[in-house]
Amino acid sequence: MSNIRLTSILKLSLLSAVLAFTSNVFADPVKAAFVYIGPTGDHGWTFAHDQGAKYVKEHMGDDVVITTVESVAENSDSERTITSLARKNDIIFTTSFGYMNPTIKVAARYPDVKFEHATGYLRPTDNISTYSARFYEGRHIIGKLAGKMTKSNVIGYIASFPIPEVIRGINSAYLAAKSVNPDIQIKIVWVYTWYDPGKEADAANALIAQGADIIMQHTDSTAAMTVAEETEGVYAFGQASDMGAWGPTSQLTGIIDDWGPYYLARVQAVKDGTWASSDTFDGIAEGMVEFAPMANMPKNLASWAERTISAIGNGYIHPFTGPINKQDGSPWLAEGETAPAYPDLLTMDFYVEGIDSKYPN
Amino acid sequence: MNESLLISIIIGISIASVPLIFAAIGELVVERSGVLNLGVEGMMIVGALLGFVVQFHTGSPFIAVLAALLGGMAIASIFAFLTQFLLTNQVATGLALTLFGLGFSAFVGRGYTEETIQLITSTHIPVLSDIPIVGPLLFSYNPLVYLAFFMVYLVWWFLFKTKQGLILRSIGDNHDAAHAIGHKVIRYRVMAILFGGAMAGIGGAFLSLVQVPIWGEDMTAGRGWIALGLVVFSSWQPFRVILGAIIFGGITILQLHAQGFDIRISAQYLSMLPYLATIIILVSLRMRAKNKTNRTMPNCLGRIFHSTT
Amino acid sequence: MIRLIPRIENSNAMILLSPLLALTFTVITAYFIFASILVDIEVSSVFYTLFVEPLTDSYYISELLVKAAPLMIIALGLSIGFRAGVWNIGAEGQFVIGGIAGSAVGLYFYDVEGFWIIPLMSIAGILGGMFYASIAAFLKTKYQVNEILVTLMLTYVAVLFLSAMLQGPLRNPSGFNFPESRIFHDSALLPIIWQGTRVHIGLIIAILFSFVIWFGIKRHMLGMQIKITGSAPRAAKFAGFDDNKTVWFSLLISGGLAGLAGLFEAAGPAGQLTPGLPQFYGFTAIIVAFLARLHPLGILFSASLIALTYVGGENVQIDYDLPSSITQILQGMLLFYFLACDILIKYKVVLFKTIR
Repeated sequence: MSNIRLTSILKLSLLSAVLAFTSNVFADPVKAAFVYIGPTGDHGWTFAHDQGAKYVKEHMGDDVVITTVESVAENSDSERTITSLARKNDIIFTTSFGYMNPTIKVAARYPDVKFEHATGYLRPTDNISTYSARFYEGRHIIGKLAGKMTKSNVIGYIASFPIPEVIRGINSAYLAAKSVNPDIQIKIVWVYTWYDPGKEADAANALIAQGADIIMQHTDSTAAMTVAEETEGVYAFGQASDMGAWGPTSQLTGIIDDWGPYYLARVQAVKDGTWASSDTFDGIAEGMVEFAPMANMPKNLASWAERTISAIGNGYIHPFTGPINKQDGSPWLAEGETAPAYPDLLTMDFYVEGIDSKYPN
Repeated sequence: MNESLLISIIIGISIASVPLIFAAIGELVVERSGVLNLGVEGMMIVGALLGFVVQFHTGSPFIAVLAALLGGMAIASIFAFLTQFLLTNQVATGLALTLFGLGFSAFVGRGYTEETIQLITSTHIPVLSDIPIVGPLLFSYNPLVYLAFFMVYLVWWFLFKTKQGLILRSIGDNHDAAHAIGHKVIRYRVMAILFGGAMAGIGGAFLSLVQVPIWGEDMTAGRGWIALGLVVFSSWQPFRVILGAIIFGGITILQLHAQGFDIRISAQYLSMLPYLATIIILVSLRMRAKNKTNRTMPNCLGRIFHSTT
Repeated sequence: MIRLIPRIENSNAMILLSPLLALTFTVITAYFIFASILVDIEVSSVFYTLFVEPLTDSYYISELLVKAAPLMIIALGLSIGFRAGVWNIGAEGQFVIGGIAGSAVGLYFYDVEGFWIIPLMSIAGILGGMFYASIAAFLKTKYQVNEILVTLMLTYVAVLFLSAMLQGPLRNPSGFNFPESRIFHDSALLPIIWQGTRVHIGLIIAILFSFVIWFGIKRHMLGMQIKITGSAPRAAKFAGFDDNKTVWFSLLISGGLAGLAGLFEAAGPAGQLTPGLPQFYGFTAIIVAFLARLHPLGILFSASLIALTYVGGENVQIDYDLPSSITQILQGMLLFYFLACDILIKYKVVLFKTIR
């Protein structure tokens, strides 16, 4: 072997080594896992998260391996599921509030794995991020549409649990509806479940029987939409996704949770080694809250709604702008004042003035 | 409260009670023959699954309901074979049936959670349905609703107006004596169990075909267990099953409406009432005079029949 | 035609063989069912993940023990009643009430440290379960009301009560209005016996109880009473055994143990009281008891087997995207076959031609 050849081989080896080191920190595909509270077939909350996961796969192709687990109950078993995933994945998304404590426990044991907890608020270790969306911006839009489209002036609201996120939604929808229709009334029914098609359908029927001709929900299935479709003159809104297939003549629009771009950014960050613990609360402006096509309404109303969406996106409209009082009459926001995320919005535990129902507990 | 709201509430309660009526009337016959089948939940969910799947593939509600009926009978036959021929413990076998039914339906149904089918809630009978008030209240239901009420009548007629019904009841009260007279204890019980399975199957299909056009694991949500309590609540009397089903089914509906009216009774405590009422009824049955034998529990309920030949 | 001829005495060979036979039949039948429905998945690897893989990994073995402990405790209590013909089907309800009672004590002392808190919580759990079961005992002894139906109905009431408690008095005041209790403080959490896992002292208690009950039934007079009352009620009465006392004893002990298991679940793997407390352990324990033929030591094994199917089933869900409820098919089938094969102990299967 000549000296020149040996040198070439050495140079080539050195070059390869340097290239290998300086290229992506993860040459192997990133392994991302998603824990769902319900079935992807709910076409609601879980479906939207799954669409986000699919978005990541679409954009990263072979650079990512995705595992999803459906219908994981919020009990002590979830810790085992999350642990199993932590052993084999680089980043885990736990998509429900009830996974908070198991997520925290597992995160403490697996410091090199990243955890993203949806709708949570605790980040005791630096490998946990929390994220949620300003859904109340979406509620503002559907509230205004409801106010304009209703003939009976009664909105029916199917609510799950009296937690801040749900209360925010109710308040935002009500305020928006009231701003375009001072005679509006809202009836709220608590079903104490996130997903139970039978119960949701019963709740929708009960609300309609009591005079509601617009149905809003903070539950995860398409049941209420099918009831609205069945009933003459009743409209509804898609929850977390476009439920138009279940309500071709009754869906006005739907609030779409668009998790895709956020998920892609986080998984990419793991790949690039730039992931850091964060708290995200994005809305229309950042593209996390989107809408199904406006349908079943006059064209000018649809355009008006689109303009309102842009206005929120540009910051001209904030759904919680004073003067607003609490249900008991005490002042909350002064004229022109907008509600800060913390503590007002994130720990919201009161109805705004004008809502007749008694606050649960 | 205006009348259309009242009508809505009554219709809602009627629809909620139908699956319970089917499942309970079937189990009533089984228990009257002296057998306790705790597998009602399993049979119902299999019916719900089969009804949904068959409807999805064939588009024919009739075939779907038939499939659910046969499916319920099929898995009930496992219970019948084990308890009547292999003399296994009824409690354990019934529980195994529930587990198996729940698991089997979830397993087979895994591909169907994203599908939807045509909802078949109401029918329109010319002229009759259009009568104000009475029309929607009485004449616009899905055929299965009418079938449920008819089955209750049919079971009553069978048990109390036919010879075979009398024999079945006597088997339930004293299987040894009935056997001594020459009645085929095992045969009657097997037929009863199969009937119970068929009814539970239809009851389950009602959920996935009429109430909500969706399939989901565990969509029966404990209705099978409620049906078991219903049978006791009704003191093993067919017509009382309707009363009980309306109460059990109605409580959820009423509780939702109460919220709409902002009536502040805790949902949980209200929901407890039917179960507590069942227990109270059980006690009062015992406290009553024992000479009305058809008002008490079939004596041989749950006991294994040992043929001596 | 197949006939069942009673054996002169129970076949000892079958006592050992029938469970194995049942397991074999279950695996074979399940294989065919899965193979015909899961066209794109290798069934044998599913079975491997379900039955074998958990045993090769210390984490999953530990989780198996975590799930087996409550099953053991409840099944031990139930088996005593079942032997005497007292059918406590509502152990799930007693589990929940015991969990609530024990947790309430722990939450009451949430700012107090002390080694005495766990024992106090445990006693509260036992008493809660006992109290709840005593309702059925009272109704049965005073009014001859069937305990199956009473305990079953009370289970529903218990779950609703849990929901009411978590939305009211026991809810975490700084928990954003979610229906969950505070996280238990250190003194209210069960001591872990296997460091780094969730295996807690409940396992030791279960094993201890198993031996205590085994001796109790063998040696103690009450044990014999229970045995005889179950198999020959009239003879028992004749001998002066008090039927009522047996009913009370059976329900109190099964209720108390179920309640203890409930507290262990809340103060152990969960670490708080949530709506997810009821996990059907009360019903699964009935299966566990039957699979062990009500034998206290056998329960340790059958509980572990059932726990294995749970842990394995979850892994199958993660690895193959199958619903975790396939576990229930297996459990149901296993019990079916077990009950069926049990007949072989008392009867001989004979084929003979009918004579015309």
